[in-house]
Amino acid sequence: MSEQVDAGTGEGRRIGVFICHCGGNISDYVDVAKVRDALKDEPDVVVSETELFACSDGTQKEMVQAIKDKKLDGLVVASCSPKLHQITFQGVSKRADLNPYSYTQVNVREQCSWAHTDDHEGATEKAIGLVRAGVAKTRLSRPLEPLVVKTLPKTMVVGGGVAGLRAAIGLADIGLGVVIVERASTLGGWVAELGPMFPNEHSGREQIDFLIEEVAKRPSITILTDAELVSKSGSFGNYITEVRVKGQDQMVTAEVGTIVVATGFDTYQPEVGEFGYGIEGVLTLPEFTKLVDGSKGPLIYKDKPVRTIAYVYCVGNRQPAPGNEYCSKFCCAATVHASLKIAARDSELRQYHLHRDIRTYGKFELMYSESRERGSVYMKFPDETPPSVAKMADGRLAVTVVDTQTGNEELTLPADLVVLVTGMVPRKNQDLTSVLKLPVGVDGFYNEIHPKLRPVETVVAGVMIAGACQSPKTLSESVASGLAAVTQSAGILLKGFAELDPLVATVDTEACTGCTDKCLASCPYDAITTVDTDGRKVAEISAAVCKGCGGCVPICPENAIDLLGYTDAQMRASIDSLAKEPVS
Amino acid sequence: MTTIVETGFKPRILVFSTNNISDPGIDLAGSRHMHYPAQVSTMSVPCSSGLKPGWILHAFEQGLDGVFIGSDGDECALLDDCGKRTGSIIAQAQELMKAKGIEPQRLKMAALCSVCAEPFVGYMREFSATLTKLGPISTAAPAAAVAS
Repeated sequence: MSEQVDAGTGEGRRIGVFICHCGGNISDYVDVAKVRDALKDEPDVVVSETELFACSDGTQKEMVQAIKDKKLDGLVVASCSPKLHQITFQGVSKRADLNPYSYTQVNVREQCSWAHTDDHEGATEKAIGLVRAGVAKTRLSRPLEPLVVKTLPKTMVVGGGVAGLRAAIGLADIGLGVVIVERASTLGGWVAELGPMFPNEHSGREQIDFLIEEVAKRPSITILTDAELVSKSGSFGNYITEVRVKGQDQMVTAEVGTIVVATGFDTYQPEVGEFGYGIEGVLTLPEFTKLVDGSKGPLIYKDKPVRTIAYVYCVGNRQPAPGNEYCSKFCCAATVHASLKIAARDSELRQYHLHRDIRTYGKFELMYSESRERGSVYMKFPDETPPSVAKMADGRLAVTVVDTQTGNEELTLPADLVVLVTGMVPRKNQDLTSVLKLPVGVDGFYNEIHPKLRPVETVVAGVMIAGACQSPKTLSESVASGLAAVTQSAGILLKGFAELDPLVATVDTEACTGCTDKCLASCPYDAITTVDTDGRKVAEISAAVCKGCGGCVPICPENAIDLLGYTDAQMRASIDSLAKEPVS
Repeated sequence: MTTIVETGFKPRILVFSTNNISDPGIDLAGSRHMHYPAQVSTMSVPCSSGLKPGWILHAFEQGLDGVFIGSDGDECALLDDCGKRTGSIIAQAQELMKAKGIEPQRLKMAALCSVCAEPFVGYMREFSATLTKLGPISTAAPAAAVAS
């Protein structure tokens, strides 16, 4: 900050404002040029520009250059939620030798353009107010240094299925200690129960056994089975957890730096009567794969040879709300694979796949081609007219389907087995969800911060998600996300320390009268103490202990406490800006 | 009987949200393109227990028609008694408002979780309707209060 800046009001600062189009996500609804022009006239704003994509590499470089060239001492980017790009633009600030705490992100996408697609004028006026409030906050910002905390080189993996096991091995290999906490009495999860799988035809059991062997070779991995995580305290990089282990009176305490949640999924269980479920011969996908993998030769069901199988896809998935609206992704491939296994054992078998569209993406496409070459018949039914399943007089099953590829003709197929292709549902884990305060999405799975930019991180710092607890995934996708969580943990823990935002409470010792009983009592973390300054008793707040909640701020009768980043002056100035007439 | 006159008045609302809990909920409402009045603007703080009653009054004095606090309640990761603390801040703010003759209905609080998109949109529509009926803010103390 230059010497011409008024310390009290921030007047005389040099602030740059960049308003992002976000392709059209913002500019389709907000008149960004109007926002730019309104901000041009704002005091202390020396740059006001629009950008097509503020987060793009090229634009970031241009922003760095602008900060240097125009000698900016404050930066405001109006774009998406700070959850996505606050770190990105703090990085831009750092690269331009601007203190990252002089940067303010203004959310004009999630909290403006996207919420007001029906009111372009209103959205534009709102955006102007929000950006002005961001400028007001930046004008009064002070340069701050991050707090450095030591981190523990250890990770807890909750869930010992395929994602958790693979993550544990990766963590150990990268030099971190690992505790696996598995609720069941054995490791392996769902995959351990599966037969031969695409593409190598290794069974799920073999794959899990291989992982368990690898885990056993690594002494830095501790395994707790019949165990549940019941509490988490401490702070980022230094979590203290308690695990309840069946049959043990004492809780097991583990101190860890990060936590990877890989608790998996449950399978969809149809209601009785749903596509004939409950009638003999109507099976779910897991029931069917168990039947296939547990037998040899041509398929026999209840002592009768199976001559015809009908598969009904998308049961319990891709349904209109309030049903499960999502696609489970693995089920098309798993069904086609199971049908190939059984076709190889019985060339006379007739197989009908009644689907909405087949989503055997990537390499799975090879199976789909092979399946058609081997005679499987695929029929696409309209979304609004699903097939129906009934029992015929002779005890066999009849499936009625409208086939869109033969002019919407209604066909009735006799079948010995009907397989309901059921997908994944979120596992009920209320206790764990509340212990870790994990965010749950609309579909009931755990939510990452961003599916592309921060795919395994959650809003809870240091707590990551991997595998199918996040969303339906295939085995290889689960493993990939487990490894992503390894990399993320390594990034946090291998340095041995982490930098935290220094947005903590501070005391204005001039204003403090030393009454201190109220503020001391208000802090559950004991961050506030009494010290002598120049023979006067005043309150002091430890930056290392303070959690930055600001709970002590309204308690102080003298208004002597401020939360950095949210000071009294910043809050009032931001409110003033929001309250200003939108277009002057 | 009262006649409702169409004035075109759109109440301006300030929402205090929290960085980790209600703000993601409000973000989610936008991500799902759920609509609420564009006169609603949000300011985010770490925790609703850190709001000063004076800030709420300041918003009214600056001409904003309503203040809504998305509190963390039981979800708060920072303070066990967050709901109680935020409640006390509201009570103090109500006292300040009373002295200025500001209707108590102009301040509202509700717990908002990180996926509370639908409740948030519902609260905003409801609050906006309430404030539309109340009309624009007037912070001049009523005659009776001045006299006493």
